[in-house]
Amino acid sequence: MHVIESGNVAAANGVKLSRVQVVAAYPITPQTPLTEKLSEFVDGGEMEAEYIPVESEHSALAVCIAASSAGARAFTATSANGLLYMNEQLHWAAGARLPIVMCVVNRGIGAPWTVWNDHQDAVSQRDTGWIQLYACDHQQIIDTVIKAYAIAETVSIPVMVCYDGYLLSHTYMPFKPPESNQVDEFLPRFSPEFPLNPEQPCNLNTVTLSDIRPDVHGDTAPGYMEIRHNLHTDLREALGVIQQVEDNFHQTFGRGGHPFLEPYRCEDANYIAVCLGSLSYHLRDVVDVLREAGIAIGVCGLRVYRPFPDAAVREYFKSVKGLIIFEKALSYGYEGALFADIKAAMYACTPRPFIHNYILGLGGREIQTHQLKEALYRSCTTEVAPEDMPQWLGLKLQT
Amino acid sequence: MAEKTTILNLPEDELVHPGNRACAGCGLSIIYRIGLKALGRDTILVVPPSCLTVLQGLYPIAATQLPCLNVTFASTAAAATGILGAMRARKNTSTNVAAWAGDGGTSDIGLQALSGACERGEDFIFICYDNEAYMNTGIQRSGTTPQGVLTTTTPISGKKQRKKDVPAVIAAHNIPYVATASASYPLDLYDKILKAKTLSGPKYIHVHTPCPSGWGFNARYSVKIGRLAVESGLFDLYEKENRQFQLSGPSKRLLSKQRRPVSEYLETQTRFRSFSDAQTAAIQQEVDEKWETYRKEAECGII
Repeated sequence: MHVIESGNVAAANGVKLSRVQVVAAYPITPQTPLTEKLSEFVDGGEMEAEYIPVESEHSALAVCIAASSAGARAFTATSANGLLYMNEQLHWAAGARLPIVMCVVNRGIGAPWTVWNDHQDAVSQRDTGWIQLYACDHQQIIDTVIKAYAIAETVSIPVMVCYDGYLLSHTYMPFKPPESNQVDEFLPRFSPEFPLNPEQPCNLNTVTLSDIRPDVHGDTAPGYMEIRHNLHTDLREALGVIQQVEDNFHQTFGRGGHPFLEPYRCEDANYIAVCLGSLSYHLRDVVDVLREAGIAIGVCGLRVYRPFPDAAVREYFKSVKGLIIFEKALSYGYEGALFADIKAAMYACTPRPFIHNYILGLGGREIQTHQLKEALYRSCTTEVAPEDMPQWLGLKLQT
Repeated sequence: MAEKTTILNLPEDELVHPGNRACAGCGLSIIYRIGLKALGRDTILVVPPSCLTVLQGLYPIAATQLPCLNVTFASTAAAATGILGAMRARKNTSTNVAAWAGDGGTSDIGLQALSGACERGEDFIFICYDNEAYMNTGIQRSGTTPQGVLTTTTPISGKKQRKKDVPAVIAAHNIPYVATASASYPLDLYDKILKAKTLSGPKYIHVHTPCPSGWGFNARYSVKIGRLAVESGLFDLYEKENRQFQLSGPSKRLLSKQRRPVSEYLETQTRFRSFSDAQTAAIQQEVDEKWETYRKEAECGII
């Protein structure tokens, strides 16, 4: 049965269905309705979990880190500066290999203050060792939260489920909540290998030297560098796990898609627009219009940003003439972060498609369909030199 | 309080391994050994970066036989909260959750999380071992460094500000139990932890912890110097159980006994070497006034 609800409520239902045991949260716009809903589920007895109203985002993730270390399935959610306030804890959660899931309701970051949508919050945290998944609609939000736990608990790496503030978090769309018994079948109870337990004491996250070191039995224990190498290797291998989880999900629920990409009219495309999040749905309309004008164009959202699905990107994009990357974030002082990643992934291709970069929608700046259309038309008909990248779309500088 | 523990009925079970990485004469190593005996084996520890992180040893070797979660500097009390949440979710409400943080990790960077956990009423024991500066990073001043003390960030004229009264800050949260203790009176600490274990909600114990290298004294005098702090009336041992204040034995005895002059305490440590006679006299006067207040309160039966 379909329901019509907001994206935040879709996420909350995904958390409830995942039988999360500990929820810690601190309010921040536009995440708040998600955690309000969870507190309502817990307080009303619909969800058997501990709801912990912490005094900061730093503490929210601290609670999840400790709860996960003690063997509970943990969840938190945040946006923008809340995510940045967690920064140290993000690295800690990944380094400690804890399968926490967090919704990041994407919002621009201050200064100056903004509460509206862009992707700078999550993109700026791409190197924390977390898996980053992006949802394009409400069905994907609820499904991705459930899949995120399956992925996280298989690879022991935390997962961010990112979705656009307001555009998805506060808009209402129909979606089909998965059946609870099917979710239970898809996502077994969390049972970590080494939970904190007085009967089998262990000292977690101890000071670790750079080099390998024998333990009291003479067995070799890894040094800091080996532990970090393992995190990287396991993140790369998580790509295979994400594929597997997508297949399992499809088998159980009869829906799903490409594990890494969200393509639309790309099969015969000469040009592909690429982006993260709900913008790919906006671009579908533009693609339809340009198709009518005779341009063989498609759009492809990325559902996974870290680990970067470079092989899938290369395979999917290698035979097109051009890629046009739209980004609501950038690596300040250089160019769009996704643009740089895609350029690197395409480096091995000969011939290489041209790759253009447009920065748009920062701090919730309205993205107008005609702007997207003009940008795509320009890129597909005239090849702008890479030196001119990134181009800023919808910028209104006073001259 | 129940029957006082003596050296004769202290449990023999040692939960801290010998040969850990504490400095010679470390006050923390005394209270950690005795404190863990009081907590017992059914305990999960939470430790932020501090001297205790070092004492615990380097991976893959650990100095304790209790499960321990090392956490980020600011997050100690929040992490304790998370463990409690997980334990409740797993239907375990008997295991003790005990946080051990230094004075910086408690009074400075960890205060917000601690305040949040106290306000939420989390059922845990928070032990602050107060060695009155950031000793692990090399003796920088902290919120609990006393006025006038030389540290590596107050190197010439000493700390200008007063020591933050952290137990009073925590007591303002109206939690069931706040106590002070001293590494030089480990059995008093032991009994206070035993009492804390019987109470539900947040319990805070602030332990004055001599540090030979940070305070500048010969490692053999740790216990003696901690005792001088109490006997001079500078650091008071007390309990606030459900807001009821009570001086503990060694301090209570000072109500009817001559206190040692504070100069005896100050002279033992190089960190006070820039003190002028006037500064010492001012501290003596403050201590005298504080104890005059205690005496009056005792007469009225308030304490």
